[in-house]
Amino acid sequence: MDLIDDAAETGNTPEFTVSELSGAVKRVIEGEFGFVRIRGEVGRVSRPRSGHVYLDLKDDRAVIAGVMWKGVAARQQTQPEEGMEVVATGRLTTFPGQSKYQIVIEDLRPAGAGALMAMLEKRKAQLQAEGLFDAARKKPLPYLPEIIGVVTSPSGAVIRDILHRLRDRFPRKVLIWPVAVQGAACAPEVARAITGFNALSDGGALPRPDLLIVARGGGSVEDLWGFNEEIVARAAAASDIPLISAVGHETDTTLIDFVSDRRAPTPTAAAELAVPVRMELLSWVDEAGARMTRAMGQRAEARGQRLRDLARALPRPEALLQGPRQRLDTRGDRLPQALIRLVDRQRLRLSDHAGALRPGTLSRTVTAERQRLSDRIARLSPALERLVKGRREALARRADGLSLRPLQRDISVGRERLDGLERRLIEAGRQRNLALRQRLDALDRLRETLGYRETLRRGYAVVRADGNVVTTKSAAEKSAGLEIEFADGKLKIGGGAAPRKAKPKPPEQGSLF
Amino acid sequence: MSDTPIEEMTFEQAMAELEDVVGKLERGDVALEESITLYERGAALRKRCEAKLKEAEEKVHAITLDAEGNPTGTKPVEGL
Repeated sequence: MDLIDDAAETGNTPEFTVSELSGAVKRVIEGEFGFVRIRGEVGRVSRPRSGHVYLDLKDDRAVIAGVMWKGVAARQQTQPEEGMEVVATGRLTTFPGQSKYQIVIEDLRPAGAGALMAMLEKRKAQLQAEGLFDAARKKPLPYLPEIIGVVTSPSGAVIRDILHRLRDRFPRKVLIWPVAVQGAACAPEVARAITGFNALSDGGALPRPDLLIVARGGGSVEDLWGFNEEIVARAAAASDIPLISAVGHETDTTLIDFVSDRRAPTPTAAAELAVPVRMELLSWVDEAGARMTRAMGQRAEARGQRLRDLARALPRPEALLQGPRQRLDTRGDRLPQALIRLVDRQRLRLSDHAGALRPGTLSRTVTAERQRLSDRIARLSPALERLVKGRREALARRADGLSLRPLQRDISVGRERLDGLERRLIEAGRQRNLALRQRLDALDRLRETLGYRETLRRGYAVVRADGNVVTTKSAAEKSAGLEIEFADGKLKIGGGAAPRKAKPKPPEQGSLF
Repeated sequence: MSDTPIEEMTFEQAMAELEDVVGKLERGDVALEESITLYERGAALRKRCEAKLKEAEEKVHAITLDAEGNPTGTKPVEGL
């Protein structure tokens, strides 16, 4: 600027081409502002695929465009964000093709911890409002994970601490997803690792962990800043695999700690949360086995004792048998004697009776009975003949008394009575018929005298028109032709028109009278 | 009792049921026949727990990534 102003003052103004002037301006600006520190608020930030970062730095009155080349951007511990208060270090350069100038930033830092924390608070409030910190979202950790995925730097104390502690407690399969744990690459790499672990499928080429640990050792706020980035927090919140965060020391809290399922104060503590102590479990299982055996033993012992007690309470079999056995013995002793006595007694009775029993006595009885039998037989036949004869005579007597004549007499008397009754019935029917016919003739005569034809005989006539009876003069005048019925026939008058109705009404119309 | 066959149980499932079985046996409020069945199940659960505890092999692999940051495979990690 000075140059142009100076030239103008001389009055002898040299003439530049556009390129010459632009080149001169470029030289002046780059010479004058080869190394500047500038404080301001980050305005619009854009990150094209090239990896360079374009941003505006502004205060309340002015704006300067800035660029961070890819390599520089990757080195930065804090990534610029709109609204962030920063101090940028770099050099100014111009862009002659567009009449523009910009600052090429070599280093960018938040303008003090306060600025950074204010941002973090804003971000935290945003995520909390979305419910990402809710306790209900937090998943329980598996009791004994099979595979543990660790997102951290593959070298360094952190992974070593975790593996050592796992080895002490319960050696497991560990899958390390290497990431940068500070600098610009940190946040995108960590987010990608969390998402990547979740994208693995159980049967895939890479085994899917059932627990994740995101870990980093202690460091400055700037060192840990990647774990405050929104993409990391969102990736952790979206993880289906339970996730333990262990970033920094116990006193450091980063955004990922709010969304993780458990927060471990240190990487070592993360390993302790991740697995139980194997030796303790082994002894627990042994103890469980022993308790089971002991319980069974005690149970068997208790049952055995009870069995013995019950057995003691049972009377001995001998005792039960003693009484009966004694009775058996006594009876057994007495039995032979009693038997002998009984036989003796019966033998005595037998011999008493046997004395009276001799063959002679028996044959006498038989002979006497036989005699009685033959006597009866001799008397039996004549008695039977007598009985038959008597009965036969009685039968003959009765048969004589039996005859047809009284029956025939009864029949002829009945027949005569029937004939008489028949004749009387016929006579009575004829009489009744006659009387009814006479009454019917009388009634018919009466009917004739009462009918209208008798009236005709006395000089009256019935006038009809079109088959209907005409009773008034006006009706007679209206009709085309009339028919007069006298006692001896019908006379047609006037019109000559045939009656329109072919069917004359029957003449028994009583309304004339 | 869980429906999962014992051989497919996780350590935690087997442990929880073993605890349950031991408790029942110790309280002694099951019939003798059932206690024998329980004991046998307990023994099987214990075996399962021990088998899971024996699978305590340390195997550490790091995922290898391509230039785009996509996982391509694993390589063993030693010396940590």
